[in-house]
Amino acid sequence: MTTSAITVPNPIGILLELTHRCPLRCPYCSNPLELDKRSREMDTATVLRVLGEAAGLGILHVHLSGGEPTARADIVEITARCAEVGLYSNLITSGIGRATAVLPDLAAAGLDHVQLSLQGVDAAAADKVAGLRGSHDSKMRFAEEIARQGLALTVNAVIHRGNIEQVEGFIELAVKLGARRLEIAHTQYYGWAYENRAALMPARPDVDRSIRIVEAARKRLAGSLVIDLVVPDYYALRPKACAGGWGRKLMNVAPSGKVLPCHGAESIPGLEFWHVQDHSLADIWRRSPAFNAYRGTDWMPEPCRSCERKEIDWGGCRCQALALVGEAAATDPACGKSPFHARIEALATAEAAVEAPPDYIYRGPGPRSGPSAAREIEETLS
Amino acid sequence: MSGLTGASVPRLPRGVRLHFDTVRQAHVLLAPERAFNVDGNAVAVLQLVDGKRSVGAIAGDLAAKYNADAAVIERDVALMLGDLVAKRVVEAA
Repeated sequence: MTTSAITVPNPIGILLELTHRCPLRCPYCSNPLELDKRSREMDTATVLRVLGEAAGLGILHVHLSGGEPTARADIVEITARCAEVGLYSNLITSGIGRATAVLPDLAAAGLDHVQLSLQGVDAAAADKVAGLRGSHDSKMRFAEEIARQGLALTVNAVIHRGNIEQVEGFIELAVKLGARRLEIAHTQYYGWAYENRAALMPARPDVDRSIRIVEAARKRLAGSLVIDLVVPDYYALRPKACAGGWGRKLMNVAPSGKVLPCHGAESIPGLEFWHVQDHSLADIWRRSPAFNAYRGTDWMPEPCRSCERKEIDWGGCRCQALALVGEAAATDPACGKSPFHARIEALATAEAAVEAPPDYIYRGPGPRSGPSAAREIEETLS
Repeated sequence: MSGLTGASVPRLPRGVRLHFDTVRQAHVLLAPERAFNVDGNAVAVLQLVDGKRSVGAIAGDLAAKYNADAAVIERDVALMLGDLVAKRVVEAA
């Protein structure tokens, strides 16, 4: 590897997947297909140490995520530690289970911001996607508690075939809930979403319309709501700089303490990941083989290597290149310069054109659980 | 774009705070999913943003401190904070 460790800029953000336990079973979950068991989760002392190391490494934002992060009994202690060491804490939550009850304590501990996921704009539609009856109503109660606490709120809506007609509704709901920021995030097809792609892929005209709706709303709501839009790769012309570029800005810690350059990186065979139990965060950032594997531009093949955008999109997404082209170092086929680009757009178009899409394969432990009915809310909080 | 006047009272909303990054030895304005680099002048302004002082009062304080023309500073402060209002990281009453 020719990238010099000494020139690596410090990271600015860290995503802590505190647990893979979650009451929801969304078919596009960004967690890996093989979920970490509770018994493998980092203990409290380790998480608190990692937060201190993160601050020391120049990290500014910490995203407390999962799974459902409030499923951890020590979430208040973890949040307080963020405030103590000066990290900006962002709770990425489903708003289900303990989330509402623990929110006042999180606010008191210095929580900076909450990102609440919504699966739809009404209970019937949302609960079907979440795979949990009662989830939407529970989220609405959580949002009320956010307002009561005066906390800053971002609403996150993952967009797919099943809810792309609700984009305008998500915007209205975000305003009603007092959000200052809304993420209209078209599904990224890795992990569970890759498994469910044929059920989730929207048609191109619907995607284009959703983008027009967002652009109009941005103008209408300028100064009151910031709307971030993540466009779908399969219909894009340019790839996104995955995680801001491999090993450039972000670190991702799995529940077990394994540190990844992005949440999908484990899907790439042959990468050597280091754990926070064995190495400091700084050491992992600068020296771990996984972070150095695709860092910078030296690893790039053509057409990336001579591309004028190589330090804008950093070659796109390695996981997507592997999944769709079979080679992690290939140009992301989301790029119009990839020889595979036309093929993936055709694939998406064909899947979206199927009249009756397949049922969701809901996220769950162990081997893929297969289509199943929504569960009751009480069953889920183990 | 700004719409701020000398009488506007700016404040940092919940979820936005000024932070000194000891690793990079620079101030940053931290907001959800975003961090803004702020230069020395902006830091001087933001340190006076407390939800009580008006733009005019902030400009007055800075003019006195730096022995500068308050009207010129007020215009600059209104522009700078107006830009941050548009970015949704400052609110003004």
